[in-house]
Amino acid sequence: MSKLECSGLTKVYQDHRKALDNVSFSVETKGIFGLIGRNGAGKTTLIRILATELEQTSGSASINGFDILKQTDKLREKIAVVPQEARPIRWMTPKQTVMSYLLWRGYPYKQANQLAAESLKKLNMEQYANTLNSRLSGGTKRKVLIATATASEAEIIFLDEPTTGLDPISRRELWAILRELGKTRFIFLTTHYLDEAEQLADQIGILKEGKLVSIGSLADLRLSSQYQYSLKLPPNVQTPTLVEGEVTVGATGYTQIMTNEAEAFRLARLLSEQNVKFSIAPVTLDDIFFRLVGEKARDE
Amino acid sequence: MRRSRLSQILAGVLVNAIYEMKNYPVVLISTVISPLSLLLVITFVSGGALFGTAIEGGLIMIFFSSGIALQSDLSHLKNDFKLQDMIVSSPTSARMYMSGMALAEIVYSLPALVILVALAGIYLHPSLIQIGILTTVLLLMFAVSVAIGFMLSTFSNDVVQSYAFSRLLSLLFATLPPVYYPITYVPSPFNYLAYLSPTTYAAEIMHSATGFLHISTSLLILDWVVLLVVSTIILYVAVKKTRWRDV
Repeated sequence: MSKLECSGLTKVYQDHRKALDNVSFSVETKGIFGLIGRNGAGKTTLIRILATELEQTSGSASINGFDILKQTDKLREKIAVVPQEARPIRWMTPKQTVMSYLLWRGYPYKQANQLAAESLKKLNMEQYANTLNSRLSGGTKRKVLIATATASEAEIIFLDEPTTGLDPISRRELWAILRELGKTRFIFLTTHYLDEAEQLADQIGILKEGKLVSIGSLADLRLSSQYQYSLKLPPNVQTPTLVEGEVTVGATGYTQIMTNEAEAFRLARLLSEQNVKFSIAPVTLDDIFFRLVGEKARDE
Repeated sequence: MRRSRLSQILAGVLVNAIYEMKNYPVVLISTVISPLSLLLVITFVSGGALFGTAIEGGLIMIFFSSGIALQSDLSHLKNDFKLQDMIVSSPTSARMYMSGMALAEIVYSLPALVILVALAGIYLHPSLIQIGILTTVLLLMFAVSVAIGFMLSTFSNDVVQSYAFSRLLSLLFATLPPVYYPITYVPSPFNYLAYLSPTTYAAEIMHSATGFLHISTSLLILDWVVLLVVSTIILYVAVKKTRWRDV
């Protein structure tokens, strides 16, 4: 029962734009699930459908046994969402923000007040509790929203691009918070930062033009990828002849060879014998992503 | 867990009124000035003769505009802060969200409302029956405007247009129609145009109830019938068309 299951989810908007195309998958509702894809790939549409904000055109989905259309009320007791581009209301303080959300979820005033204080404390935000949201930094504002969604009893938290626009330090601070949260709740997040998905997600889904092109742990994605290893050669080095693999020359002149394990080690031996400097590593999520969404993306 | 509906309504009142008034006290000034300014103008221009109808007009304006203001306020919270998305995905129903937010609009107008009610008490000396009639008409106007405001807010995706639309609706239904003065002051053929607004019927009933307008019983009954029918239709359309979960 502890599963998020989608079957043939399709969304066609009123302007006839197809945002999701027959998306089917099943993941356990524990840890962190990261959904990645380019802008317009359908990430937000999928998260809005699963978070019961948007109705699908066809197909079905259920979370922990609750159908998103037929058992909406029961499901809404279990979920909380931080939408893309959400901001805490500027004339309120973080404590008022968290507390009002808990009141909306039906908590009595006293309990809401207490839980709001606890939630802010967990995220080390006590010192900002009574500062106007309008005076907070971008990263702190984002933390207010995460404190809001996680203050409740919700077991499943949807976060739509939670770190977009944050500086690298704030992003890493948020990652640490999300990692902690992922230990006790199911976090479904979308991102277009591949390093974020790689760092945080236990399971990763890749959307391309509304279609789910791959899903699994990073190890699964590597295994299912055509090539598992990546070699990088500095500029002006003659690329050895490949038995199998794919060569890409980047804008800086570095050559990347993606290939299978046996070929990677054959090339590594060959390059070592020739005293050529190179690096070898398992393919990253970047490599997998760019291969799946197409080479065109890499050049942009 | 047992969820408190009172808490859900309180949340709307806190977010849409109390916190804003508490953290930005300057907003209180504008909430008082708007309905009272027209009252003063009408009173001065009429040499005090229309003070009574202007008080009633101020009350109609507060109740109608409060509901209509819901449209722009909710649109602001929905589009700029994505609040509605967070609430839709929570155990709060559309009805509870709307009730709290609507009540907040009245709380927000409370300073002006207190002044107008005090003026009405001192100047109009209404009987219990008159109080009953005025309250019924005002609540009906409020319910209708809340229904319109909430329905429109659920469709809105642009806050600038929402604010412009709110101002336009308030102008068309609470400022231009004869609510601050009796309809007898409106020359023909404009008085026929005035009857396109439900607030004209509301004002006619209120002005008649407090003796500022003398109309036949049959016309008064017609006013009530039109007001109730129009209100029912608007409420029905609002309930049917309001979009809580996007499609």
